[in-house]
Amino acid sequence: MINLLLFPILLPFFFAMILLLFPKKLFLQRTISIVALALTAVFTIILMLKVKSDGIQAITLGSWPAPFGISMVSDMLSVLLVLSSTIIAIFVVWYSFSSIGKERESFFYYPGILFMLTGVNGAFTTGDIFNMFVFFEVLLMSSYLLIVLGGEKVQLRESIKYILVNVISSALFVITVAYLYSVVGTLNMADISVKIAQIDQPGIITVIAVLFLVVFGLKGAIFPLFFWLPSSYAAPPIPVLALFGALLTKVGVYAIMRTYTLFFTLDQGFTHELLMVLSILTIVAGCIGALAYFDVKKIIIYNIIIAVGVILFGASQMTETALMGSVFYLIHDILIKGALFLLIGVIIAITGTSNLRKMGGLIKTYPMLGWTYLIAAFGLAGIPPLSGFVGKLLIVQGGFEAGNLWGSIFILASSLVVLLSVMRIFIYAFWGEPVQVIKLDSIQYRNLFTPAAILVGFSVIYGVGSEWLVPYMSDAAEVLYNPSTYIKAVLGGA
Amino acid sequence: MKTNDVILQTTTKVIFFIIILFSIHIFFAGHYAPGGGFVGGLLTSSGIVLLLLAFDLKTVSTMLPINYTVMVAIGLLIALGTAAGSIFFNVPFFTHAFEYFTLPLLGKQSLHTAALFDAGVYLVVVGVTMTIIQSIGEDE
Repeated sequence: MINLLLFPILLPFFFAMILLLFPKKLFLQRTISIVALALTAVFTIILMLKVKSDGIQAITLGSWPAPFGISMVSDMLSVLLVLSSTIIAIFVVWYSFSSIGKERESFFYYPGILFMLTGVNGAFTTGDIFNMFVFFEVLLMSSYLLIVLGGEKVQLRESIKYILVNVISSALFVITVAYLYSVVGTLNMADISVKIAQIDQPGIITVIAVLFLVVFGLKGAIFPLFFWLPSSYAAPPIPVLALFGALLTKVGVYAIMRTYTLFFTLDQGFTHELLMVLSILTIVAGCIGALAYFDVKKIIIYNIIIAVGVILFGASQMTETALMGSVFYLIHDILIKGALFLLIGVIIAITGTSNLRKMGGLIKTYPMLGWTYLIAAFGLAGIPPLSGFVGKLLIVQGGFEAGNLWGSIFILASSLVVLLSVMRIFIYAFWGEPVQVIKLDSIQYRNLFTPAAILVGFSVIYGVGSEWLVPYMSDAAEVLYNPSTYIKAVLGGA
Repeated sequence: MKTNDVILQTTTKVIFFIIILFSIHIFFAGHYAPGGGFVGGLLTSSGIVLLLLAFDLKTVSTMLPINYTVMVAIGLLIALGTAAGSIFFNVPFFTHAFEYFTLPLLGKQSLHTAALFDAGVYLVVVGVTMTIIQSIGEDE
């Protein structure tokens, strides 16, 4: 089965097409989308075990020799990201059953999610820079549908902003790829890496590196390019927000990590220094936002930006420890952001508002929700033995090893701010005087709460079982740290 | 006041078939000459748009009772199916195959699975264009 690594892309794509045929049959839509995602997850796990035992999987489409066709490459990093995106999509779809509403469900909501997963999985798996652009567009187009679906006034306003920013950044992506192509004359990522090493990274390549940082920074929301994110993400309904928050920025982060570890490794004094400074500024900006708002959605949204900064700080250190920490933290962040958005979705459904000042005393009526939220909050802040701890520990350690004392101290300080911002939600919403709540019937509450709680359970297992995950993570970090294995897997003996 | 557009409608009836024939020609020429599924599809939908201009939406949808969303889905399935056929032969995805056949009337021709993929593209292009134009046209 040499095509195994394509299954996580093809399965959601195929089932999304099937779902286009009967948009109004809601029962079939729900069943097929859950079955499709479960199948995708099964195949991804099989693929992960194969990558673990046999090393990097690579295939060049259409039986062409390697630099001439489109290569698809599945190393440990990409397969782990594909697995965690698929898991998030499963829980978001489950949560959607009782929250998104029949109106949206009968207008291509589930095909939208599956097409988006196609794009996300494709962007994580591709080994060709222009193909990566195409997969970016696939996921962006689907996200345009999901952000505007429903047609509320705020959605319309924010989707215009969102589309405008993304169209501009996509155009910039094409221009950057054109520059890169005119310098190195190839689009295959492994081949680009070889060619850049041959010409010893002249100044123009450094310019292209910065352009890539701008492009992927716009997608992944780094300072100062994150301006569109807080208001755009607050517009769509909660399951869509959970999907966006968990996956979309991470694709940009992955692309930065990939390009900065595979292509632009020869002038690190400039490019990686810049990446480090920007990531620290991203953390600061995110911290300010997370403390400034009394809106639960906004608080978690600014926490996305902090996490992007933390992951990229790890990536900019280029030590094996820091890269492994980044991988750990990236997967953790996908899981925990999904869980947190679903949890605050439950809180918003109960209280009918996202304003913290109008909440209170939920712990008396919904104790399970309260404690689950507390565990998720501790996990986000990185309290051992929960999931955020190991990643951040390794990133900080890697920062110290590379001699960036102040950067590491910023990371540590940001953890306190993160903890403070999410504890404020806990204190305001769950403690204090009880307020009038909307009575959810128990079936609906259970359907909303169960997927969120299981995701939190996953993140706890991820944290407690990190010892067991280390071999996978070190494989992923090894490819980032030592890209020659990647190049060898794609181009053969070269 | 109802305008009498008999000239427009009569010429449309003639020109529509020429456009459709040309689009089919362009579609099949794609492998050896400029053309292919994308332009072919656009030409076909421009033919249908000409019908829409000469007649009204209701008449055209009784003439061509096609659900264009389903057409997009079927086109995508054909394209994916062509590419995924290679999975069953355990060669890399998207590996195409071709063979020479001697057909009645046409003589020796090469049949290539890439044409099937192009047929998928053709259906998607027609479906998408017509969905856009119809839904904007129907909007009150």
